[in-house]
Amino acid sequence: MADKITDETIEYVGILAKLELAGEEKEQAKKEMGRMLDYIDQLNRLDTSGVEPMSHVFPVQNVFREDVVTNGDGSDAALANAPEEKNGMFVVPKTFA
Amino acid sequence: MELLDLSAVELGTAIREGKTTAVEAMEAVLAQIEQKESLYHCYVRVDREGALDRARAVQKKIDEKELSGPLAGVPVAVKDNLCTQGMATTCASRMLENFVPAYSAEAVRRLESAGAVLIGKTNMDEFAMGSTTETSAYGVTRNPRDPQYVPGGSSGGSAAAVAAKECFFALGSDTGGSIRQPASFCGVVGMKPTYGTVSRYGLVAYASSLDQIGPLCKTVEDCAVILEAIASHDEKDSTSLQRTDTDFTAGLVQDVEGMRIGIPRDYFGEGLDGEVREAVLKAAGVLKDRGAVLEEFDLSLVDYAIPTYYTIAAAEASSNLERFDGIKYGYRAQAQELHQMYKTTRSQGFGPEVKRRIMLGSFVLSSGYYDAYYLKALKVKAMIKGAFDRAFEKYDCILGPAAPATAPRLGESLADPLKMYLGDIYTVSANLAGLPGICIPCGTDSRGLPIGLQLLGDCFQEKKLIRAAYTYEQSCRE
Repeated sequence: MADKITDETIEYVGILAKLELAGEEKEQAKKEMGRMLDYIDQLNRLDTSGVEPMSHVFPVQNVFREDVVTNGDGSDAALANAPEEKNGMFVVPKTFA
Repeated sequence: MELLDLSAVELGTAIREGKTTAVEAMEAVLAQIEQKESLYHCYVRVDREGALDRARAVQKKIDEKELSGPLAGVPVAVKDNLCTQGMATTCASRMLENFVPAYSAEAVRRLESAGAVLIGKTNMDEFAMGSTTETSAYGVTRNPRDPQYVPGGSSGGSAAAVAAKECFFALGSDTGGSIRQPASFCGVVGMKPTYGTVSRYGLVAYASSLDQIGPLCKTVEDCAVILEAIASHDEKDSTSLQRTDTDFTAGLVQDVEGMRIGIPRDYFGEGLDGEVREAVLKAAGVLKDRGAVLEEFDLSLVDYAIPTYYTIAAAEASSNLERFDGIKYGYRAQAQELHQMYKTTRSQGFGPEVKRRIMLGSFVLSSGYYDAYYLKALKVKAMIKGAFDRAFEKYDCILGPAAPATAPRLGESLADPLKMYLGDIYTVSANLAGLPGICIPCGTDSRGLPIGLQLLGDCFQEKKLIRAAYTYEQSCRE
């Protein structure tokens, strides 16, 4: 099944993951992901028909609260960690040419 | 009285009785760090001046009877994926090298209100991804029992700091065994509580449906006391449980008479080191001598736990780690254009193991593979949970090893990621099924490396685990 990991797959996953892999890194990733997926494929030996997927072990439902601010204005503290900020806002590189 | 040999609870008692002070305890820990840290490297950051200031402030409150709890004045180390207000929190990643949280994790806040005094932040695998603490961007931690070996991971710095007496106890996080396995390798006590028992607020997320915070410490008594202090219902964590049974110290009873303990045959099969098997079964024998009823059984599905775990954990990690984009905090690479900045930032900021899991997770969630991998894993997770439900109809707890072997040598694990993942076979199921698990030392192998005994319980049954672990520990001391 590892043959499903083509150069195109790695390229595509790189776009999804927003990671840019260098040539050698890409080859390594292809090999390792293929091996890992081969290993994961053993789950196909199990018949899971009729089994409900379990995302949470407890039957937790959405937890709602009133839409009231309780933690005050932390904008200065939040901005203190920004790589670049200006006039109380995060600065980003230009988004379109 | 050799201060550093005291357990957290013993130290807290000595401070309350005026035999020592929070400041003396902190000075002793800092001196030990000074002496040992260049070899072991348990910490990524030690806040000496701040620690002493905090110790003085806490001692003042103890003197004025404002603080009187069991952990008041006791120095604690915190894993570097738990936010600490005003103190850098890096997750051992270059990505967060300059990140200083504006708030503290709820578990840290609760410990500080109980009077525990923060020393600094412990080393870990980058973003808690790894089993050896070797994927840290800030260098490896060595196992204090023998520095040629790894301390385990990902909470390796926390476990090593306890073992090296560089703290009195520590907090770690456990997503697939990251508290229990390093506890096993370093010969200390570690516990992952039932999912939802400790608030995850302020814990940098790896795989949110599996992550839990828990203690690493010297004794089972410490473990119960610490867990009691950090467990809480917290509105800031929507998966936090409302429990009324968090009086964990009530489990500190030396009595396993009639306790039904299941020993899964599938945990003792191929791949388990002979010396580990012998030590764990000997420990089971001790509990039997104390009146526990032991029975072998087939848990089933054990081989499927790791592929299920790595699929789900990688999927959640790929989603959770999308927030590291160089905009609001952390590392940012210089680039002319926004998308190029995202890619370069992430490619330079993350290490190889983190990238590997993000790539895998992005793949299993991608259109066309979602059903075959991610959804399949969630179905197998349901089956694994079902296998445990059936086991706990018969048994109070399940006993086995925490890891298939003792600690590997430094530098041996990272070359073959899949082989490293297989070492998590006995720990990941507890995370998938939300179960509590405790690891306590049960001897050493012929090289002198610690072996850990793991007890798993049904959800909410921490007290049974504490009772069994405490009985074993006390029996060994007699």
